[in-house]
Amino acid sequence: MIALSILVTYLGFLIGLGWFARRSFTGTAADYFVASHSIGPFLMLMSVFGTTMTAFALVGSTGEAYRTGIGVYGKMASWSGLVHSAVFFLVGIRVWALGRRHGYMTQCEFLRDRFQSNALGTLLFPILVLLVIPYLLIGLIGAGSVVRSLTVGALPTLFPGTQGGIPPYLGSGVVAVVVLSYVFFGGLRGATWANAFQTCVFMISGVVAFVVIAIKLGGPSAASQNALNSNPEKLIRGAAIPHLQFFTYLFVPLSVGMFPHLFQHWLTARDARAFRATVIWHPICIMVVWVPCVLIGIWATSATLDGALVVPANHPPNSELAIMVSKLTHPALAGFLGAGILAAIMSSLDSQFFCLGTMFTNDVVVYIYGKDRFDDSQKIKMARCFIVIVVCLTYGLTLLEPRRIFTLGVWCFSGFASLFPLIFAALYWRRATRAGAIASVLAAVSSWAVLFARANYGLTPDFLVMDMMPVTWMILASSATMFVVSLASLPLPPNHVDRFFIPEPGQGATS
Amino acid sequence: MNRLASSWLQSQDENVTRIVTVIVLILGVLHHDFWWWNDHTLVLGFLPVGLAYHAFYSLGCGLVWWLVVTYAWPKDIEAFARSDSGT
Repeated sequence: MIALSILVTYLGFLIGLGWFARRSFTGTAADYFVASHSIGPFLMLMSVFGTTMTAFALVGSTGEAYRTGIGVYGKMASWSGLVHSAVFFLVGIRVWALGRRHGYMTQCEFLRDRFQSNALGTLLFPILVLLVIPYLLIGLIGAGSVVRSLTVGALPTLFPGTQGGIPPYLGSGVVAVVVLSYVFFGGLRGATWANAFQTCVFMISGVVAFVVIAIKLGGPSAASQNALNSNPEKLIRGAAIPHLQFFTYLFVPLSVGMFPHLFQHWLTARDARAFRATVIWHPICIMVVWVPCVLIGIWATSATLDGALVVPANHPPNSELAIMVSKLTHPALAGFLGAGILAAIMSSLDSQFFCLGTMFTNDVVVYIYGKDRFDDSQKIKMARCFIVIVVCLTYGLTLLEPRRIFTLGVWCFSGFASLFPLIFAALYWRRATRAGAIASVLAAVSSWAVLFARANYGLTPDFLVMDMMPVTWMILASSATMFVVSLASLPLPPNHVDRFFIPEPGQGATS
Repeated sequence: MNRLASSWLQSQDENVTRIVTVIVLILGVLHHDFWWWNDHTLVLGFLPVGLAYHAFYSLGCGLVWWLVVTYAWPKDIEAFARSDSGT
């Protein structure tokens, strides 16, 4: 009951934060959608990091370490430290500059303009929406699972079927409503503030959880030694992870280059220097969050309490971290740590809900009826309506989706990563053409669909093609298609392409 | 003279960018620590060596990105962003 009270208080605080952010809202569309390009280095670091770290990072990493061992860190976290920062540096800063220069708010707007192709935007829009929705599902499923595990025993008469814990449908629903409230009122500024606050909460609470659990298990050395004695295969990569699979995980983090919610966060930067802290500190923040989670996952394989395993063999999927926290810490601390886990989840959900509202408003309604058809107030109302619809739709889907978070996440990230050649070519290759761009998107989508079907629609865990991650083949297909079709088609007019590239010394800034 | 100085500075910038690119590529290669693949050693008594290596690898990434941001920052990007869009 104590843990439940703390969780409820925390969620109430977030609603208040959204209400407070509303007071800074100037009423313009630019303020609602991109926070008037006012975000500085610290908020940028915290909001971008919070957005990229999801239930996948906390709940999924612990679960995957429990299942396959330490290899999950090398596969996902350390590659992400290198690749995410590279993408922020090479793609994010340029996207910010172009967005600032030409006034874009969404990826489709940018790519339509860059390739002078309405068809490209129309093709890309449903693909991006369909890829964001599973990403949202990851968050809501994780939230429901965490709330249930942390509240077991709190309300036994109300929820006997879940041993007194809040059922996942209710936990997910409450979290969705809370996120909706502060995004609805505060816009992207509200989401950024909430992100930054929640990122601090989950980083601090993660470290505290790690220390408390380690002490409870007799110290970190005893906990690791116990895991080594009982499940030595979890402390190495061994035969569980093929070398090629480990290497080709490199391509999965490229997904950040095409996340529509991250695109929107980049546009909020006050200036290019706001990216510096994000590029430098992102890998270190990843380490601070992931190493404790992976260790807790390994310890969970053998940790015992009163002679019984802390995490029973028949536990629900994605609940390993919450079970360890709830069984090995004081209920009050479990409540705070649970709030930290929810913070990680919600700090991604808010940006994703918000970006979908922005995309529906700008890429569909404004695109069809023209920029001058609606004033700022009407655009904001539309975005809010779309956000509500997206939240309801996603919540409905969580009631049907039973797949493991990690598997679902990898397929979702692979889809975004397969579109990376498109944004990279748009920013760095003058010869890229509209035919090449459209063909590249079609190649990405068709290769993703074929491989997803071959993986039994995501139900086959660790599906590989010739020992390599499926994303390798998707990126190969979309890159090769972009290259060949662009060279085989007519180039775009040079004076148009010049608008998207920094002039060489001696040339003017405009063309 | 000014053109010569400008050209020298530009070539310095290009060299720095090349060096930084090589460092990032080396970091990419170092990710594949096959030498710890089956090693059960616990560093500091609790960190499996494969995990400890990658934790330090993440710190190394932070250091390399600091070098990149310090020495290979795109200087013209700010002026480009704030210039007339030409539309």
